[in-house]
Amino acid sequence: MSRLLGEVHEKALRLGIPWNVHLDLTWRCNLRCVHCYLVQREGPELKLEEVSRVLEELAACGTLFLCLSGGEVMLREDLFDIMERARRLNFYITVKTNGTMLEAEAVRRLAELNVARVEVSLYSHQPEIHDAVTQAPGSFARTMAAVRELTSRGVKVQISHVLMRQAAASYTEVRRLAAELGATYKLDATITPRLDGNAGVLRLNVPHAIWREIYNDPELVGPLMPDSPRSAPSALAELPCSAGHTACYISPFGDVYPCVQFPLRLGNVREQSFEKIWRESPALLRWRAVRNADLVVCRTCELHNVCSRCPGLAYMEGDLLGPSRLDCEKAYARTGLRPAPWGGIRRA
Amino acid sequence: MDPVYIARHPAAAWRRLEDEVIVISASDSSLFTLNEVAAEIWECADGRTPLAEIVAHHIVTRYGVGFDEAYRDARELVEQLAGKGILIVSGEPITGGDGR
Repeated sequence: MSRLLGEVHEKALRLGIPWNVHLDLTWRCNLRCVHCYLVQREGPELKLEEVSRVLEELAACGTLFLCLSGGEVMLREDLFDIMERARRLNFYITVKTNGTMLEAEAVRRLAELNVARVEVSLYSHQPEIHDAVTQAPGSFARTMAAVRELTSRGVKVQISHVLMRQAAASYTEVRRLAAELGATYKLDATITPRLDGNAGVLRLNVPHAIWREIYNDPELVGPLMPDSPRSAPSALAELPCSAGHTACYISPFGDVYPCVQFPLRLGNVREQSFEKIWRESPALLRWRAVRNADLVVCRTCELHNVCSRCPGLAYMEGDLLGPSRLDCEKAYARTGLRPAPWGGIRRA
Repeated sequence: MDPVYIARHPAAAWRRLEDEVIVISASDSSLFTLNEVAAEIWECADGRTPLAEIVAHHIVTRYGVGFDEAYRDARELVEQLAGKGILIVSGEPITGGDGR
């Protein structure tokens, strides 16, 4: 985080502004990725006019960074109407997509609307492995074609590489492929439980030895793990996470959560205004009162400075104030030292 | 004095935070903070209102400074912001900025 961005973030925190909002417009998807954390859900998605109202409420609350995602966001037929309204409200828009439905006309409109970045999911540099993950033959080729079309139009692209057991050592090749395509590269090396708490997909995580390589490569993870609140200035450093303080997530059905990976329901924008939820949700106020000093195990762990403990994962594992075992494992991979939940500092 | 028109660049995303305006360019993700006076000018940059009118109505009266000095400083500011790619400056009214 740059110094200036850190200062602005700190100010947003002091003012209670939801600076970053992740808005899923649909959970429908044309792929069937084996690791997907979303769960089946019936019920109507927010309609265009409802999304427009939410966007106006977010702008009034001070939100600047808006991530539009899904599901596959291109399945929303009114996506460009939503984006036009969002740009009129001066949001900084990023879009997450699998790219398979991004044809030339859609790319032209993304460029025209000054979308800041399109984040395209990729699982391998090898078509057969990527297609096995998505369970959609030909998806790798369509995704590659979309990335080329985006970069040729001057749209900034980030390859979001979810690393999993099927292609455990592929990050070097995928990073090289991203560079060849003119895209930036972001590695996500952790498969997380489904939002209903089902942890079956965790078997797809890469072996510990690969995590050890990754979490000791500063080019991949930096001096601290990405987005660690401990890399931020003072007030943020006392918080377990920026989720619910300067960031939140809104589902396609209007449910508001602190983060896409933190299924603590705060309210629904069909029943209350976003601002009322953001300012008054009892669940959110309780969460906001939590400080690092309240984390019963982690506060005494000597690895806390190199740990990216995710409160959402801890919550899904059963204890909001307890450790997230997945993050303990990453801290262990990074340092070779056993974290407190495993009995404290001890060389592996 | 030749008229000068200013419009926020369509690739600029921005929000007011108290007395400041935070601007980020979607083109290169550069981040800028504009102080109170610059924020006033930024919010008036609709492509249709001449800069001289913005200065006279929003800066001179509010901050109690002389027009000539305020206008000179405002010209310098808008040229700097134009150089950063987040503002359009023209001798004609501007369409296609974010004032649309």
